[in-house]
Amino acid sequence: MGRRSFIKSVSLAGGGLIIGFNWLACQGPTEEGGKELAMQMPEEWFELNGYLKIGDNGIVTIYSPNPEIGQNVKTSMPMIVAEELDVDWNNVVVEQAPLNTEVFTRQLAGGSQSIRQGWQSLRTAGATARQMLLTAAAKQWEVPVSELSVENGIISHKNSDRTIGYGEIAKAAVNVEIPEVVELKNIDSFKIIGTSRKNVDAKKIVTGQPLFGIDTFKEGMLIAMIVQPPAFGMEFKTMDAAKAKGMPGIKDVFTIDTYPDDMEKEWSDVAAFSKLVVVVGESTWQVMQAKKEVKVEWDLNPKLVKQIEILEKSAGMDGVSGLESTSIYMTLMSDVGSKKSEIVRRDGNPEKAFENAARVIERSYTCPFLSHNCMEPMNFFADVSGGKAELLGPIQTPEFAEKSVNKRLGLDLENIDIQMTRMGGGFGRRLYGHFLVEAAVISEKMGTPIKLVYSREDDMTNGVYRPAYHVTYRAALDANNKLTAFHVNAGGIPESPLFANRFPAGAIENYLAESWSMESNISTGAFRAPRSNFIAGAEQSFLDELSEEMDQDPIQFRLDLLDRAGKNPVGEENDYDAARYAGVLKLARDKSGWNNNTGLSRGVAAYYCHNSYVAQILDLSVKNNQPSVDKVTCAVDCGIVVNPDAAKNMVEGGTIDGIGHALYSEMTFKDGVPQQSNFDTYRLIRHKEAPKTIDVHFIENGIDPTGLGEPPFPPIQGALANALYKATGKRFYDQPFISHMQDDLKT
Amino acid sequence: MAEFSININGEKHNVNVDPSTPLLWVLRDHLKMVGTKYGCGIAQCGACTVHFNGTAVRSCQLPISAAIDNKITTIEGLSEHGDHPVQKAWLEHDVPQCGYCQAGQIMTASALLKQNPNPSDKDIDNAMSGNICRCGTYIRIKAAIKTASDSQL
Repeated sequence: MGRRSFIKSVSLAGGGLIIGFNWLACQGPTEEGGKELAMQMPEEWFELNGYLKIGDNGIVTIYSPNPEIGQNVKTSMPMIVAEELDVDWNNVVVEQAPLNTEVFTRQLAGGSQSIRQGWQSLRTAGATARQMLLTAAAKQWEVPVSELSVENGIISHKNSDRTIGYGEIAKAAVNVEIPEVVELKNIDSFKIIGTSRKNVDAKKIVTGQPLFGIDTFKEGMLIAMIVQPPAFGMEFKTMDAAKAKGMPGIKDVFTIDTYPDDMEKEWSDVAAFSKLVVVVGESTWQVMQAKKEVKVEWDLNPKLVKQIEILEKSAGMDGVSGLESTSIYMTLMSDVGSKKSEIVRRDGNPEKAFENAARVIERSYTCPFLSHNCMEPMNFFADVSGGKAELLGPIQTPEFAEKSVNKRLGLDLENIDIQMTRMGGGFGRRLYGHFLVEAAVISEKMGTPIKLVYSREDDMTNGVYRPAYHVTYRAALDANNKLTAFHVNAGGIPESPLFANRFPAGAIENYLAESWSMESNISTGAFRAPRSNFIAGAEQSFLDELSEEMDQDPIQFRLDLLDRAGKNPVGEENDYDAARYAGVLKLARDKSGWNNNTGLSRGVAAYYCHNSYVAQILDLSVKNNQPSVDKVTCAVDCGIVVNPDAAKNMVEGGTIDGIGHALYSEMTFKDGVPQQSNFDTYRLIRHKEAPKTIDVHFIENGIDPTGLGEPPFPPIQGALANALYKATGKRFYDQPFISHMQDDLKT
Repeated sequence: MAEFSININGEKHNVNVDPSTPLLWVLRDHLKMVGTKYGCGIAQCGACTVHFNGTAVRSCQLPISAAIDNKITTIEGLSEHGDHPVQKAWLEHDVPQCGYCQAGQIMTASALLKQNPNPSDKDIDNAMSGNICRCGTYIRIKAAIKTASDSQL
């Protein structure tokens, strides 16, 4: 589309349609923009409910309520509305909705819940508008609604040849009373849901158009960056900023306290450091240079250091430093943690079963802290002035961030406007909106609009990291090599990864689950599939080893346990559906040709989390201690698949992400100092290390949909460990696995 | 601060910046061409990839003083209508998830294909391994490069 028509759509419909323009353009990349030129922009819009508006020419704008972090809800959520509305998807324009708690519920990207929890309201929004349009047409034609039908936004009267488009009747429909009850479609008649639709932002992405928070530019805007303590456990003491302040383009250097002690905090108000030095200037490069010239004196934060001293002393350590080091975690977690454990679930008499066991198999697993490393570093635009805040940028929890700003700055909620941009990754990191609050505090202090930008180093060393975890599994086998009891004792810094009521709970007569945790001054939080992101791989590795000890096929071993859990479950509370769980295992087994010899080393794993079931079978080979993954077969049960190709993309990505983190990634600390600060020291999976093929298969069962952002990520780590064992003869218990493969190389 | 005249996407631009300023920040802050992304600042992630006389380079490492008198192409100038074979292949395979790294991936891929119109899997692995995709779209990136490669034949 040329510049003139671009400007035309903006002037006709306001800024919002800029997004629409790009979406329409992306429909016909091979047609030289033929289609969108043919599409006339409407003269007038009619809003039927908060989710959508209809143009007088039949174009429909659907607002995508939830934040987009790459999970593709900006395409799939509007698809659900469009389905029930009965419109041609090619006539739909998608816009990101701003935070609006009056219209939308749960505008949050997290827990793989957007589709699951949005399903009914999105369908209802579409169906309600459809009903209103039909009612208006029936009234105009003076016929009963029951005689009308709709296809692709065109209403027809079957007893006459009359038709009318949504665009023509929309004006009348606005005045129709909103129906309290609407009928939803039978899923067999879906035309959009279940068909693959391209990412609505794709054209904008591949042509480099402004889309992300960090791309924000507003007139008069300054750039702000932070200087933070060099170590966890330290805090700001004094600074000499004279030189930095005199550098070209620098406007000011000052300190902020993002979360004062007396502020009432939201759960999402987690930050590595509350007191920060802020440098504000005209351009990013100038501010980056000035940051280096601020002379800051840091001090031990007595409150934080104290906690670590207690930990170190409890571990019986000499030479207590008071600042955390990764090297102490292993000792803390294996020697101290398990002694603090408390029973979370107990079925039968596990103690007696272990006492009577012919054999007990015990294995422990660990994982390190991880940094989220969103490719788009933390950033936010803020313009706080005159009792109002305009905030724009990448945030997974806008509703909570609004409350934080309300409490921190004392602004009324109605004067806080939060706009969500497409996010360059989330993975849980942007649940914690301290950067938004920081931006607001800085803007208020400066009295100008600012864009706060973290450098990669700031981003990686100012994390809300995935906690470090530890788990010990024990299994009791009787003289006939039958499994008689199962014991899991899991903990971590600062939380336990245990899900006591998940499989294999319910499948084993005598079952004991224990949990422990210990504090840390390193800031931690949710990371893609929290807790599952470790415990799944550990559990699935242990079950693999157990099946081997019992001379059983690893898939059949799991299926037998699931069979028991389905037919005659142990205990009252088991958080999974054994049949669906078995279903993905069987599908993966069939599709992978499990019983064929591929000449490669194979590992299997299956897990249930975030309401979806995933089984993965991974084939690899190892040469010179370097694993090369040939193929992964994934079987997924997430109920109805809204957008199949996009869902497949998500499963591929989650699988690669899981392999990458389990193999290569870790965040370590020495005396509180993060030892990785950029991608030269923090290893992420790269192109050549990705599997050659990932096959994705979905179970078709017509059950209401559940999410996919997280479920493919945890189990693959177990499948990988199990395949590595087949290839090397060595079990991998501690992530990242590659460091232990290289141990072998050295010895 | 000094005045520099640079050629971006066939157009001359004059900017007044410190000579050490990387091209990345000149593009993003001064010319408001934000398709070229900041990811690491140390040439480890590839998000800032542009073409420098036709070769893929990391613009975070290219001081503006070294950019004068050279032909620079950014994602915004890769094609006039967003219809470069690599861009089309990216759309066909619906490659992006979050999308942040993809401009850099496309610039590296298009430079690869210019130099080597029929890359093997290994050629693609080698050329693309400097570009991190945190979402893990590597399989689709490879498939799209192959599609673009075929369409160039």
